[in-house]
Amino acid sequence: MPDGAMPVLDVRDLKTVFRTRGGEVHAVNDVSFSLKAGELLGVVGESGSGKSVTMMSLLGLLPSPPADVRHGTVTFEGQDLLHVSPETLRSVRGGKIGFVFQDPMTSLNPVYPVGFQIMEPLRKHMGLNKREATVRAQELLELVGIPDAKRRLDDYPHQFSGGMRQRVMIAIALACDPKVLIADEPTTALDVTIQAQILELMKELRDKLGMAVIWITHDLGVIAGIADRVMVMYAGQVVEHAPVHELFSHPQHPYTRALLKTIPTITGKRAARLTIIEGQPPIMTSPPNACPFRDRCDVAFDRCARENPPRYDLGDGHDAACFYDARTGGPRDA
Amino acid sequence: MLDSTDKPLVSVRDLKMHFPIYAGLLRRRVGEVKAVDGVSFDVMEGETLGLVGESGCGKSTCGRAVLRLYDITSGQIKIDGREIGSTPQAALRSMRPTMQMVFQDPQASLNPRMTVENIIKEPLDEHTTLSDAEKREKVGELMDAVGLNRKFAKRYPHAFSGGQRQRIGIARALALNPKFIVCDEPIAALDVSIQAQVVNLLEDLQEQFGLTYLFISHDLSMVRHIATRVAVMYLGKVVELAPREGLYADPLHPYTKALLSAVPEPDPSLARKSERIILKGDVPSPSNPPEGCNFCTRCPSVMDICKRVEPDYREVQPGRFTACHLYNETNDTAEATAGPEAKQSVNKEKTQ
Repeated sequence: MPDGAMPVLDVRDLKTVFRTRGGEVHAVNDVSFSLKAGELLGVVGESGSGKSVTMMSLLGLLPSPPADVRHGTVTFEGQDLLHVSPETLRSVRGGKIGFVFQDPMTSLNPVYPVGFQIMEPLRKHMGLNKREATVRAQELLELVGIPDAKRRLDDYPHQFSGGMRQRVMIAIALACDPKVLIADEPTTALDVTIQAQILELMKELRDKLGMAVIWITHDLGVIAGIADRVMVMYAGQVVEHAPVHELFSHPQHPYTRALLKTIPTITGKRAARLTIIEGQPPIMTSPPNACPFRDRCDVAFDRCARENPPRYDLGDGHDAACFYDARTGGPRDA
Repeated sequence: MLDSTDKPLVSVRDLKMHFPIYAGLLRRRVGEVKAVDGVSFDVMEGETLGLVGESGCGKSTCGRAVLRLYDITSGQIKIDGREIGSTPQAALRSMRPTMQMVFQDPQASLNPRMTVENIIKEPLDEHTTLSDAEKREKVGELMDAVGLNRKFAKRYPHAFSGGQRQRIGIARALALNPKFIVCDEPIAALDVSIQAQVVNLLEDLQEQFGLTYLFISHDLSMVRHIATRVAVMYLGKVVELAPREGLYADPLHPYTKALLSAVPEPDPSLARKSERIILKGDVPSPSNPPEGCNFCTRCPSVMDICKRVEPDYREVQPGRFTACHLYNETNDTAEATAGPEAKQSVNKEKTQ
């Protein structure tokens, strides 16, 4: 990874609120992160932790209303994506920033052949003519490892298996040589053996094409194998952020520590009983003015109910939003 | 966990479940999907048998067929000493209290128009002659047992979270004091932190009520935690069945090896070091399985014989069953060795 390189994507204090009949839901609360070229950032969290909404907010993919991106900046190539014209945003989406969605069946159009769907961004964003686009589409299908690519361009999505469809999705996302690829749970709907194929493919493509990748998942195992840095989200906030080895060997936030303990492994000692995180994630209808994890936390103290902890810098690119200092075993100074 | 005995509670022999495919103007039968194609296993009293495999391998169909939720194509199923393989559905009703099921999606398997109390009470209405007060009391006890607050008995499923809904489904399955419960991916729809809660609950209940589980899942690490023995399915057949420790430490069948190596390891230093076996291609269609061994199209240690002859499912080591030509005849040499060595020894024999 080129250290100290300029970030390709920089997100500061992003806040997204959904207006619902039951009041406002604070889905994303002051999320900040940056992404360097060629880097793979893993984003982990449970469902409802705001991982997908964060990524969709920064590309303007959320319908408004009910969604409302309150504030924040998203700097990409010197522009703030939250304050550009819809036309500019459209040229970025699918062009310089690619997106792979979770479910390959619902995100491909069933009535068009996959070749047409891969050629669409090529013709729209890169202005290729039909013949050039066909050639490029075939290259892309070969790149993502679909055999007999030329013939399969005319096939429809239902003629592909789940893993193959996800490869087609990746091919579409890669079509215009994106600088950033956002992959939202791209392997969650797939079986482990197919997931392993896709993970290998992503690593290979990242090295070959040098793009930056944001990989959203709830599977810490996937993150461990693929990410350079990891961002852990809980209740719409970044609770911990660290290089991958650091996160797994020295998790600082109680949520991360608990999460790492709850997952059984297929190697190592088998625990007699699984560690559980008691309780449920909070309902985010009020603005966060206390630590969202305090009710489920085993080290919470009175300050956690009064203030929402900021992200404390712990050095070496590691930060955690917690008043409890796991290194000293006591509260952090104000 | 309750000590499992050597007495099988459930005994399945050569179970086949084929679904017909009809096509054409006259809806003629043109073929069949061999979802479960000759599966045999025992579930011992008090044990948890894990049934793993990829989607479409027939593991859910197998679980449902064992409970006779389908009219099976052929085979014998013996539960608690009674043969139910060919019993008509009407006669099965009296057997139902012994065998219950927990479904994958708690959203879809609970009636949204019934209160929690009515959902848990329904099996009691159907199969017992208890008075209303007794039923209510029983529902209360069940809600305590699965960790739901009794006060919520009058609420509807939508008012509960995913983990709580799964608890409702488990309480309903427990209502008639069953002996055998088929858990069909009970945690697949839940978040990681909630999965652990439900798995711990299932283990507690097993101990408390002496239950026997058939635990169907695609999550190999969770199965390692909960199961006593594990059966691995591929394309409608069990390819390997072994005690938990043996299977995870030393998988025999090439498919089990590949499956285990594909599980992402939540430890970055390990995850990057270990060599993955990446299987090529996809699972063949169960309506048109390949000739010979079902796995021969993707197997890294495929031999000539695999493409012609279907391997027998047999005990290759005490308590360990597998269906693979690598472990035929050359049993002594091939025993417990990895694919390539075993393959060589087989090749050698052939050339001699």
